[in-house]
Amino acid sequence: MTKERVVVRDVVKIFGSQDKEAAALLRDGVPRNEVIERTGGVIGLGGASFSVEEGEILVVMGLSGSGKSTMLRCINRLIEPTAGSITVDGTEVTTLTPKQLLQFRREKFGMVFQHFALFPNRTIAENVEYGLEVQKVDKAKRRQKALEAIELVGLKGWDAKYPRQLSGGMQQRAGLARALAVDADILLMDEAFSALDPLIRRDMQNELGTLQRNLKKTIVFVSHDLDEAIHLGGRIVLMKDGLIVQTGYPEEILLNPADDYVRRFVENIDVSSVITLGRLASRRSPALPRHKSVGDLREAVAAAEDPILVVTCEHNRPVGCVSREAVLAAKPDAEIASLIEAEIPTADGSKVLKSALRKLSAHPAGLAVTDADGRYVGTVTQDMALAALTGTSAELDAAAQSERENAWTGASPNSHWTTSATTPSPGSPSTSPH
Amino acid sequence: MPPPVTIALLVAIAWYLAGRRIGLMSLVGLLFLWNLRLWTPTMQTLVLVTLATLAALAIGIPIGIFSALNRRVWKTVSPFLDMMQTMPSFVYLIPAIPFFGIGPVSAVFATVVFSMPPVIRLTALGIMNVPGELIEASDAFGTSPAQKLFKVQLPLALPTIMAGINQTIMLGLSMVVIASMIGAGGLGREVWRAIQRLDAGSGFQAGIAIVIVAVILDRVTQAMAARARPAPID
Ligand SMILES: Nc1ncnc2c1ncn2[C@@H]1O[C@H](COP(=O)(O)OP(=O)(O)OP(=O)(O)O)[C@@H](O)[C@H]1O
Ligand SMILES: [Mg+2]
Repeated sequence: MTKERVVVRDVVKIFGSQDKEAAALLRDGVPRNEVIERTGGVIGLGGASFSVEEGEILVVMGLSGSGKSTMLRCINRLIEPTAGSITVDGTEVTTLTPKQLLQFRREKFGMVFQHFALFPNRTIAENVEYGLEVQKVDKAKRRQKALEAIELVGLKGWDAKYPRQLSGGMQQRAGLARALAVDADILLMDEAFSALDPLIRRDMQNELGTLQRNLKKTIVFVSHDLDEAIHLGGRIVLMKDGLIVQTGYPEEILLNPADDYVRRFVENIDVSSVITLGRLASRRSPALPRHKSVGDLREAVAAAEDPILVVTCEHNRPVGCVSREAVLAAKPDAEIASLIEAEIPTADGSKVLKSALRKLSAHPAGLAVTDADGRYVGTVTQDMALAALTGTSAELDAAAQSERENAWTGASPNSHWTTSATTPSPGSPSTSPH
Repeated sequence: MPPPVTIALLVAIAWYLAGRRIGLMSLVGLLFLWNLRLWTPTMQTLVLVTLATLAALAIGIPIGIFSALNRRVWKTVSPFLDMMQTMPSFVYLIPAIPFFGIGPVSAVFATVVFSMPPVIRLTALGIMNVPGELIEASDAFGTSPAQKLFKVQLPLALPTIMAGINQTIMLGLSMVVIASMIGAGGLGREVWRAIQRLDAGSGFQAGIAIVIVAVILDRVTQAMAARARPAPID
């Protein structure tokens, strides 16, 4: 059950004095360059729509100047959108009065900035309690909450220092603590880690993930770094020239780039850290239920392409493997269970390929990929992994193909690879011999 | 009030506001002035400067704040400031006389007008120069305009405002001296009298006295400005 926290519809932002006129022209389908010429404005957003679901990290990506910051700031109206609608928990943000807006910002949002934006004249604790201070929370209580937030981000003991006395990474932790100290549960983060060096950045990304899971925050994260977006692991909204060109999980964007811009964007990324095993797994060959006899399965096995086949238990969990030759050579009344030659290592299909590479290299027969309940989904072999890494994977092409056909649209992180995982099973009527 | 008591009081204030070094410096300076038999004019000058400065700040700081918060106000105020600062200081004496006659009131009035521009300008600049990012951060957490002014803009502008106050005091002092031409008492009158009598010695003494007062006021306010700077490194 996911709930939409933020819904952005056709938001337009024109910078310039004739913004309304320009927005109207844009809506009437006048080409962008003509609009710019006629009104002298700059198009920050040209009609962007997306939604943010409860508890997700949504990463807004795009090259410099693509309108990411503008988009983020429209959500809490630090930038006034020219046209369009933004609702947060059902409340239309664009029509709030200034007073309502203050209250709304206090209740709903915490924000983290690229260059930290800590107040230099306040200590870390005073910075962190700032949001509560403007809400007139009493002194002892807000200090206590601030200290809790400071501890949460790992800055315990630094509360009496001034921002200048902290390193960049620590300052950004303080910035994060300031956003966490107010009980608002939507975090808006504008390139929050871009000013940090790579190692600290990676730490912060991991910690943000942990915090997000523990505190159940909903996060909109602006980044221009695809690796960061992938590492954060949520959906990606890809922007270009104030428009959204594609929305989806990294995998989907990688496999099905909407256009050349997106393709160029994803060109250099490390496939193994994006593609999940569930997506990659081959479903060419049937699993062999161990209680069946060889005779029942001979035809299916003869048609199988893989030399090694996976044997499953009654609950469709992988229990071992057997070579295709061995099955074909066995007597028809032999039970599959008696033929099992070796155990087969399993791997969780929601994990990325990279996480299984070491295991895979140790097992030439491949890995049996399972879903969240441990049921067999398909097999990943060394060859397939190599093919995926070099961009020549037939499985991935097929998966992408079927997605295009099904016009699949995003769902939860777990279902996006199981939707196509209709494991062919010789036990089911359609494929069983006779 | 007998001079020793006043001196002790002033030194205590300087010490408290600006630290031991400047406190001791003030002590030496003030004792020297007493010794020159210029105590009474010095006190007159100090009172005039203090009154004029307080008035200038009371008017100038709010104008500076409004200018910073409202572009239109700034656009109107700014050319006036330029004009006020380039106008020769004597000119301010003229309009004061018909209203207040010859005497200290006119002197204070002229001084207020003449010394106000720096504090207006620097208050406005200080507020306008608060980084946009910090304003954005305060907005993002739901800060009301009044909270923003008192919790963010003024504290961050404080060092700049203090620099403005310092300049206003210095201009005030110079004007108080000049205003002796229209009957302000104090050290200025000593100089004025020395000029009329061509008495270089006492003119020089009064001049030195003015310098001492100026240095004390300058150091004390500068030390206050330095203290207003954010985030001391320990
Ligand atoms: N205040 C402004 N006035 C005029 N134009 C602006 C303003 N702010 C942004 N723009 C323009 O809007 C466009 C989008 O800017 P935005 O800052 O949202 O980009 P961004 O994706 O955040 O880029 P970056 O990665 O560099 O931060 C740019 O063309 C920019 O020049
Ligand atoms: Mg930006």
